Amino acid sequence: MKKVLIAGYGLTKVEEHWDRSLENLMAESSLKALEYAGLSRVDAVYVANVYGEVLQEQAVLGSVLAEELGMSGVQAYRIEAGAASGIAAVKMAANAIQSGEANVVLVTGVEKLSDGTAEEHLALTAMEEREEYTGQMGVHQAASAALLYRLYLSRYGARQDGIAQFAVISHENAVGVSHAQYPFKVGLDTVMKSPYLSEPLHRLEATAVADGSAAIILCSEDFAAKLDPPKARLAACSLATDYVTPFDREDPLHFQALARATHSALEMAGVSREQIGFLELHDSFSIVAALSLESSGFFPRGKAGEAALAGKLSLNGELPINTFGGLKARGHPVGATAIYQLAEAYLQLTHQAGKNQLDNAKHAMVQSLAGLGCAAAVCILEEA
Amino acid sequence: MPQIRDAAIHGYGGYVPRLRIKATEIARIWGKESGEVPIKEKAVAAIDEDAITMAIEASRYAIRRAGIDAARIGAVHVGTESKPYAVKPSGTIVAEALGIGSNITSADYEFACKAGTEAMQSIIAMVSARRIEYGLAIGSDTAQGRPGDALEYTAASGAAALVIGRETRDAIARFEYSVTYVTDTPDFWRRSYERFPMHTSRFTGEPAYFKHTITAVKNLLAENGYSINDFDYFIFHQPNVKFPLTAAKILSIPLAKVEPGIVSDVVGNTYAACSMLGLVKVLDIAKPGQRILMTSFGSGAGSDSFVITVGEGIEEKRERAPPLAAFFSRKKTIDYGMYLKMRDKIRV
Amino acid sequence: MLEFGIRIPRYWRGKPFRYRLEGFRCEECGEFHFSPRLVCRKCGGKRLRRDKLSERGRLICYTVVKSASPSFEAYTPYIVGLIQTEDGTMIVGQLTDCDPEELHEGMDVEATIRRLQTDGESRLIAYGYKFRPAIQRP
Repeated sequence: MKKVLIAGYGLTKVEEHWDRSLENLMAESSLKALEYAGLSRVDAVYVANVYGEVLQEQAVLGSVLAEELGMSGVQAYRIEAGAASGIAAVKMAANAIQSGEANVVLVTGVEKLSDGTAEEHLALTAMEEREEYTGQMGVHQAASAALLYRLYLSRYGARQDGIAQFAVISHENAVGVSHAQYPFKVGLDTVMKSPYLSEPLHRLEATAVADGSAAIILCSEDFAAKLDPPKARLAACSLATDYVTPFDREDPLHFQALARATHSALEMAGVSREQIGFLELHDSFSIVAALSLESSGFFPRGKAGEAALAGKLSLNGELPINTFGGLKARGHPVGATAIYQLAEAYLQLTHQAGKNQLDNAKHAMVQSLAGLGCAAAVCILEEA
Repeated sequence: MPQIRDAAIHGYGGYVPRLRIKATEIARIWGKESGEVPIKEKAVAAIDEDAITMAIEASRYAIRRAGIDAARIGAVHVGTESKPYAVKPSGTIVAEALGIGSNITSADYEFACKAGTEAMQSIIAMVSARRIEYGLAIGSDTAQGRPGDALEYTAASGAAALVIGRETRDAIARFEYSVTYVTDTPDFWRRSYERFPMHTSRFTGEPAYFKHTITAVKNLLAENGYSINDFDYFIFHQPNVKFPLTAAKILSIPLAKVEPGIVSDVVGNTYAACSMLGLVKVLDIAKPGQRILMTSFGSGAGSDSFVITVGEGIEEKRERAPPLAAFFSRKKTIDYGMYLKMRDKIRV
Repeated sequence: MLEFGIRIPRYWRGKPFRYRLEGFRCEECGEFHFSPRLVCRKCGGKRLRRDKLSERGRLICYTVVKSASPSFEAYTPYIVGLIQTEDGTMIVGQLTDCDPEELHEGMDVEATIRRLQTDGESRLIAYGYKFRPAIQRP
């Protein structure tokens, strides 16, 4: 199979960009990525975005971005797979390169949640479940996550602070990260004492309203040779689906889609779990981070919290996670999130991670989930 | 006055919401003496309840007791003065929720607190005329009193439903006679677009409640040759506890025959459901062969009076659903602030 | 501010399940689906028949929702529970007529119909199932 490489990235800071539009944000990250790679044109543009047609009442984001970049005429698409949209877009982009149709493409993720209220954001999250049987019944994603959390604590007899520790780790890693939404430490005690969003899920175990855009440049091996920046290889990209509502599944505490996508990505990349130097996890809620680690086979069921408390998942631990703060602290601008994750993995593998730089990481795994696992996408990046 | 031919109660159901507010709590807010309050406490519908949801609750039990397939019901008539919609039938929602078919008549009746027995009258008539096999007569209200008004102490929420069909050996009770007495009496009303009703204070007593209630009972007794002694239970409309007991006194009815049908002391005045809930409470204890005289009152004004004889089916059928007492004991007392939230009285 | 109101035809179409827990069961493998399906999601079978979930079940776990989406803000705090109906189906829904202190895992609950939300502009009322602790005989 033809190799696909990452040859550039561009990020906006994740925050509430009150004075900037969705269009403007995606243009900024895209231009940064193009400039970083020394490009003025690409063969195709892929935009990952989830809520544009609701919050900005704007469709055709492919055409919009092409116009913003002065690239009208280029083929351009908007890809949506819930919060896993970023990797879904990367998958389409990689397919275009591998088929030979394109040599170099731009993948831009963007979301601007601050055009809605925090309460509306809760309503929007139900779009990633069967909305008619959840959102319309007053059950938003945080409520479903809280039910998973309860099931988890009761089935495994696990300690809640182990799960809450995932928020602490993400915040620790975000310190000093210029594009992070919350670049400061938060203690376990603070997380555990924050108000409940839905018991037992604390507010500080969930993400908040965020705007942001991230872009990466993907290209073929031949094309990469013409570009100056350091590269990382997209060794695998895999996506799988599951029943949309977790409680319809045989075991709601097992993200089968993530298990499948992980398995197939490892196979595709020809690496084992032990070779994965660090993980960028989908910690939309603390409990989702724990379930992800377990579902993808990195820790036994019910044990992720212990690993978190034991420091195994910290930057200096045996399997660092969320090296720039994850969804929790870098921020979770939904459609852009996975592109941030990929850009951060790229920075690690190309030794541009600054104070968070990991030694000897040759392979990175990026995991992304739509909703509570109705789709899971996994990328493996390796040093080029 | 009309004898009722071939109509019987096959199922009955009562529903009282879980929340209660004590009359003394309302008195506390308005600086009234706690000795002045007309009842102990009243039932308050929760924020997610209305006359339609409560009608469904009561009807579910009525159908369960009847033991019939809901599809055999040919009419759903709902009496209420607190229709959630000014225009849009309540009965169709009740019917769909309970899996009753679409080939039915659905009607919403309004006659203040007499709306429930209006529904009974029309269902009885349809059954007698063989237009339908079974019909559902419902009284349901989330009655509202203006904050500070005397009605606030008693205006309560509840629902009662009857499945009425032809006479059979296993029916719960048989309808024998009914009279109705109405006049144009402005004792209580609510104009369109108004949230709360108006009433004429003490005028609601003698010329309204007592005049119509007592005339209906006297007419029924006189026309059919019954005497007080022929009845085991008397059920009246209960805007408070005092009125039905006073009516009984005027009619020389022993207290012991009235008390079993009193519900307003602990649930308040549930308007269209009120006398029907009294009937439900009596049916929970009545024995085959006993005779009941039930008399409603609705402002505006009028009374329906029914002679009902308990049948053999009661013993088995009443066990099929929870007794009304289950709803009396299932309760949570709330304060005035929570009461305002539950009843959508906080408007900004 | 955006309105996330009730799309009326969509709400209307969803009545069978929302009012009566009536969905579609696969004739081949028994899988229950909340919505009309052409194909069974589990076995791929194409023979599905209307079926109704039991209105009784037991509570598996619950959470108290303190922050809600705009349509549900007036009802907060409210309880959301995971219920296993008597026929074994797992269903998520609101719990009503109870306080969290009264709830425990495994307790009997029954379905009832309540107001779910009221549309902001049209004031249309959406009715649907909620669960409550089973009514106990005194």
